[in-house]
Order: sequence, then structure tokens, then C-alpha cells
Amino acid sequence: MRILTGNDLGTGDVVWWTGSDWSRHVSDAVDVDGHGEAIAAREEAERRVNSPYVIEAEETPQGPRPAHIKDRIRAAGPTVRPDLNIKPADPAAGSWVI
Amino acid sequence: MYKYDQFDQSIVDTRVEEFRDQVQRRLAGEISEDQFKPLRLMNGLYLQLHAYMLRVAIPYGTLNSRQMRMLAHIARKYDRDYGHFTTRQNIQYNWIKLEDAPDILADLASVEMHAIQTSGNCIRNTTSDQFAGAAADEVTDPRPWAELLRQWSTFHPEFSYLPRKFKVAVTAAEEDRAAIRLHDIGLQLYHNDAGELGFRVYVGGGMGRTPMVAPVIREFLPTRDFMSYMEACLRVYNRYGRRDNIYKARIKILVHELGAEEYARQVEEEWAHVKTLGIDPPDGEFERIAAYFAPPPFETGLSDDVPTDDPDFALWLDQNVKAHKQPGYAIVNISLKPVGGIPGDASSAQIDLMADLAERYSFDELRVTHAQNIVLPHVRKADLHEIWQKLDEAGLASANLDLISDIIACPGLDYCSLANARSIPIAQKIAQRFAGLDRQRDLGELKLKISGCINACGHHHAGHIGILGVDRKGTENYQLLLGGSGAEDASLGRITGPGFDEDGIVDAVERTVEKYRELRTDGERFLDTYRRVGFDPFKEAIYG
Repeated sequence: MRILTGNDLGTGDVVWWTGSDWSRHVSDAVDVDGHGEAIAAREEAERRVNSPYVIEAEETPQGPRPAHIKDRIRAAGPTVRPDLNIKPADPAAGSWVI
Repeated sequence: MYKYDQFDQSIVDTRVEEFRDQVQRRLAGEISEDQFKPLRLMNGLYLQLHAYMLRVAIPYGTLNSRQMRMLAHIARKYDRDYGHFTTRQNIQYNWIKLEDAPDILADLASVEMHAIQTSGNCIRNTTSDQFAGAAADEVTDPRPWAELLRQWSTFHPEFSYLPRKFKVAVTAAEEDRAAIRLHDIGLQLYHNDAGELGFRVYVGGGMGRTPMVAPVIREFLPTRDFMSYMEACLRVYNRYGRRDNIYKARIKILVHELGAEEYARQVEEEWAHVKTLGIDPPDGEFERIAAYFAPPPFETGLSDDVPTDDPDFALWLDQNVKAHKQPGYAIVNISLKPVGGIPGDASSAQIDLMADLAERYSFDELRVTHAQNIVLPHVRKADLHEIWQKLDEAGLASANLDLISDIIACPGLDYCSLANARSIPIAQKIAQRFAGLDRQRDLGELKLKISGCINACGHHHAGHIGILGVDRKGTENYQLLLGGSGAEDASLGRITGPGFDEDGIVDAVERTVEKYRELRTDGERFLDTYRRVGFDPFKEAIYG
């Protein structure tokens, strides 16, 4: 599957396209199929997202898992500061990212 | 320390308001990201992996307690209660909101700080010896020259859009603590045979994807000609440096392609013209700046004795405290490398504590080192035990300066959008593997440096042992390098062979240092042994 990500313009937070809005949680991301670039252009023009881009992801029972480790770290937070992660101190975060 | 005059303050205050307007226009949609990006970068604001990142300039790594407390305040109010001291003597905040950035810059301006020249293709924040003004081995304090460079380079109209970024480092000691030969321009102040003070000028060093050790371009430059000669060096680069290929745009490529002699000849030719333009400041102006760096009012007649009944204190004293030029005083190095910690990170409480210690014990001065540690430059030896106790209570008394766990590491893939692999977890695992201080001290001086990508912010080329993180088909992989040095014996590390995974690289480091223990002779550092016996015995130990 292909999902769309970027950063919130004002806060810089990592965000994921849910089909109608942007979420902080990658588990909310939806398959944008071949429409990612068009959605990205529209949303960026409306200033609802900054620097959006489409990535490959794997569909899992827990939701999309980005194919590249860089995007998994973006989704979860720094591996060296689990207290600052999107799900602080989640015991499953390590194996999900790495 | 230098104090802003009305011009400095006006420049910085004006820039804050200009950026406030730019941010408002960006948030209102009046300018696009493509238009805004170069503007925010000129104010040190990057968009990184998790959020905006703000890099704050600390000129030549020197700051006072008021400024240090402001860094803690920013961490506490606008970020997540910590900051990251960088390999260019600056500090970075990882979780900044765009809408807060103008207020942060205004707070910085209130203590004579800013984030200008921390990004973009300009002359970046000048770096220097963290022991400047205190070192027993320096010929003069190099910071007045670094300050002159700061004033000359800030918003220099001709050099704000160079082919690529440009980094200058200045020292005044034989021991190079600022890695000057790995900078675009490295300047070493010394006295020539006639007793005159001048610079040995190195041009064309750097790390990154094409590492080079800078050659000498001019053996002796009288100090009175400093500014015009710098102008000539930059002019030749600005005119002939490549703008067609970002990977070949640094001055090291120009110097390498022209040859050092030809580059030097062109500089001399340009200089003959520039010298007539009146760029060099009058003596009075330099003396005005230098007066800010006058030695503090040291007490005289102090004892050099330090009671060392406490063995942990004695270890810290031996490892982290260095000789001062003034009898009865010492230089304290505060390690930001606790075992299991993140190299260069400090909490706002720790930053505040270091500010308090500077104010009370070190004539209100602190330094940031390129090895991501903090220095209290002027401490009475009689106060050392009390300082150590306060540092110990705050988790800041690691006695590991220049040992294997005093690792330089870039933020890596945990924070940086350019990175290919994580750096910090590797640093943590190596520090944990060698956690015992006895073992570390037995290994002696061993500079281990880790970068998460070829841009080399973690100085891996200059590590006695270097580690470079790469992306191998979507998986983190780590190359090992041996034999680098950023000191006066500068050299570039050599890649040992195929890379390793996260655990494998830690094992490879251990096999390397065990081979060193086997081969060393009395008094030899790791680097000495490596240079004596060569690459092959280590490669065989690593790969079998």
C-alpha cells in the first residue's frame, strides 16, 4: 500500500493522511493508491500540511507499517527516547520500528 | 567576553522582527514553503525528522551563565526540556514549533544570541579552542580573532551566497583542539622566529563525502593583514568554486583541483588588490574587541595542591581536569557522555546547574566543545572538589574525557532527515560494552566518532576509531574506519572492509581495541600503535 505523510505546518508534528484529514498516528493512515501526489498538492496549497510525500507501507492488522525505517522512526519517535514517543514507553515500539 | 554594541544588537533585533513577519506570512499562506525555506534556514530553523529543529549559534563556543540559562529556558518553555550540544560548538532543539520560533529568537536576542549563520551557504559560526584564554599551551587568546571573523562575516554581502557552506576554526596552541585542518579555513596563531604574532593558514580541509586534510596556503600571515587575506581567500573561492555540482562545491575541491600552490598564488594576486581597499581594521578596533577578552581577575598566591582522599574524585580530577595557565587554577571538563546517555544531550536542569557553577566558580564563563562536552575554563583548584560533588549529584561527573566512552555522535536517524542509520544507539552500546572505568583508562586516549551518514557531522573520518552508518537495502549497516585524527597530527581514517549490523559493529570495535592491547608498547595510544604497526593486523583481527 502507499500512504501519505508530511509535517503540520505550524507545529512541525509528523502527520498521516486519513482520507479526510491528518492524524498524528500512522495507524490512521489510508492507502492513497495513485492519488497521493494530487492529495499532497491540494493539502499543501491549503496549508494543512508541510512538505508531504508518498511512501510505501505494509498492511498489517495493527495498521500500516512504513517500509523504510526512517518513516517508522518518524511515526513512532526517536528510538533512544521512548518517553518522547507518540506512544510513550510502548513495549512493542522497538520491534515495530526495527 | 564580547558584549554587543548598538550595531550588533540592532542587527539581531531587526532580524528577529523580519523573521517574525516572514513566519506570519508563511502561516497565512502568503509565501510557499519553497519561498520560505531559505528564509527559515538563514535563521537556523530546519525541518527535521520529527519537527522543526532550531540550531542556535554559540560564537566560538563561548557563553556566560545568563546565556546558558536562556538555553535552559528555551528547552523548558519551547522544547521538551533538553537540548543537544553539537560538534560545531552550537546547540540544537529538536521539537520546535514554527509559530514559536520568532519568540525564541527574541529571547535569544535579549541575551546577545541568535541562530544566524547556522545554516545556508554562508560563513558559518566560527569555532575555536574550548580552552582559549585558559590553556597553558596557548600563545595568545584566539577569540578576539574569532570575534573579528564573526563581525566581518555576519551578513557579508559578498559571501552570503557562496557555492557552499564555509567553516572557519581558529586556535593559538600547538595542540589542536579545534580540528583546524579539517575546516574550510583553519588558522593557527603562533610566533615566528622574529617573535611576531601571525597565522599559519590552512585552506581546503573538510570531512563529508570527500574528506581532505587542509594544506598550508600561507606559512605566516601577519595579524595586521588578517581580514584582507580572509577576504581574498573567500573571493577566489566565491569566483571559482563550483556551483554546478553540490558534491563538488566546497572549497576543498577547488583547492584540490587547482593545487594548493595555484590556489595560494591566486589568493596572493587577489590580496594585492584587496589590501588597497582598507578592509583591515585599525589597531584601535582590534584592541577594542580584544579588551573584552582580557583575562579575568585571577587571584594570586593560590596553592596548586588538591586533596584527593576520595578515589572517585581523584579519578575525575585525573581525567577531566586540565592545566590552566594561571597557577592555582584549572580547566574543568564536564562530560555529557554518561554511560547509556545520549552524547551531547543535557536537560534544562543540567544546563541551569552548569550555568550556576560557571557563575559561582568560573568567572561566569562556559565553553561548548566540538566533542559535545562543556568546559568551566577558570576554576580555582581549591573549588574542584565542591564542583565535582555538585556535578556528581546531577549525573554530570563521568570521568571519561577522551576515553572510549567519550564518543562524538551525530543525532543520526533518530532525529536527522539526512541520516541513513542511527548513531546514538551505537554510541550507547559501545559505552555500555566498555562501561568499566578501569578498562577505559587502561585503553587510554581513544577518540571514537560516529556519523549516521556520509555528511560526517559525527566526524567519523577523524576518529581514531570511526563508524559510518549506511543504508544497505533499507537496513542499517555500519562501516568501521581506523586511524583518523582531528588533532595536530590530522589524518583520515581508512575503511576496514565490509560493514556490520548494530551488534556486529560493537563486537568489531572490541576486537580492534583488544588487538591494540596485544600490540601496544609502553605509553602508546591506540593511534600510535595503529600508525606503527599499520592497518593489516587490525583488519585480520576484525574479520579473521
